[in-house]
Amino acid sequence: MDLTPLYLSLRIAGIATVIVFITGVFFARIITRSRFPGKRIIESLLMLPLVLPPTVVGFGLLYLFGNNGPIGTLLLEWFDFQVVFTWIGAVIAAIVVAFPLMYQSAAASFQKYDRNIENAARTMGASRWRIFWTISFPLAWPGLLAGLVLTFARALGEFGATLMIAGYIPNQTETIPLAIYFAVESGNRDVALFWVLSILIIGFAAILWLNWWSGRNILRFRSED
Amino acid sequence: MLFVDIQKKMPSFLLDVHFKVSSEIVVLFGPSGAGKTTILNCIAGLSQLDSGQISLNQREFHPHNKKPVPAAKRHVGYVFQDYALFPHMTVEKNIRYGLKDEQLLYQLVELMGINHLLDNYPHQISGGEKQRVALVRAFVTKPEALLLDEPFSSLDQQTKQECQHELLHLHKTWNIPMILVTHDEEEASKLGDRILKMDKGKLIL
Repeated sequence: MDLTPLYLSLRIAGIATVIVFITGVFFARIITRSRFPGKRIIESLLMLPLVLPPTVVGFGLLYLFGNNGPIGTLLLEWFDFQVVFTWIGAVIAAIVVAFPLMYQSAAASFQKYDRNIENAARTMGASRWRIFWTISFPLAWPGLLAGLVLTFARALGEFGATLMIAGYIPNQTETIPLAIYFAVESGNRDVALFWVLSILIIGFAAILWLNWWSGRNILRFRSED
Repeated sequence: MLFVDIQKKMPSFLLDVHFKVSSEIVVLFGPSGAGKTTILNCIAGLSQLDSGQISLNQREFHPHNKKPVPAAKRHVGYVFQDYALFPHMTVEKNIRYGLKDEQLLYQLVELMGINHLLDNYPHQISGGEKQRVALVRAFVTKPEALLLDEPFSSLDQQTKQECQHELLHLHKTWNIPMILVTHDEEEASKLGDRILKMDKGKLIL
């Protein structure tokens, strides 16, 4: 059995998760703590991929990153680099579809605890940076971790947008969901079943671990309520 | 000396107060929603004024044509109504967060009798103990003024009296301007060198 789809999927989902975690936490933090005109519009735009069919996201990405698209042209001209039909395209698709999950979890986590806890730190002379790393981040961590796991799971399972921008190229863009689809298409039911079971095990293990971890964590320092 | 001159538009009234506090305990007394906590937040730098000025020991917090002095640089201690202890840190880490003087920590921990709590988390200690920790945590930052927002409201009668007594003792030692917000008349007259009554954003004479 060729395990390339597993390695590819883990690599693509892993890279996308790191990028989505950093940007999701950053935007959630900035946007939940500020008031500006058009805030609701920006938030709605950030959440949009959650309600759109992945094919619509794929179409949008193809338009932007295609060789004649606004970003695709620049990448080709400046770096002689093409996103479409590469694993990088799959990473971009995973980032876009998984971002709203991380953003939503992070935004909720940063609003969950008492604002006066941060205010107390401010009156004690702490800088914004110190408050973020010593107060906000640790207090939001259970929700951030949930977002991280959901992001990884969503990135791992991404199919529609990935197929549209990265295509199905064995050993290059063949992630597990694509491998399942094309195995079934070509009548390789055993191969399809193998990948279905693999992704079931990975997904179940991730959620089980998250539930176990958050249960333990809630007991640790949320029991004052 | 703390000078307070605040004008700020609130949802249903205009907050407009002017008073000064020397090294005394001034009590802001009035019904809920009168604007008492907003005054404390403005002094601490957690809320902004529409106009006015706040100065502490000749330091203006709203210098002309410049940004207001941030909360972190005001040297104003604040004890919140629900204490706002950091739930993920032990009592010792809570106290050390803004610590300026190691000696002061031992002195205050001893004075307030919270030695045995240092390794506990906030959810493991009682309301009165949280109150003491919050006071020590505010004092170890060496504040030039201290704000207390209904600090005793959730304590039982006996603990409340003990904590009030400790606060008076601390004030005697530190001798800094303190503003205490309460809607408990007995507490106001017991702790306040001066009582400022408030209603709908104004001081009532």
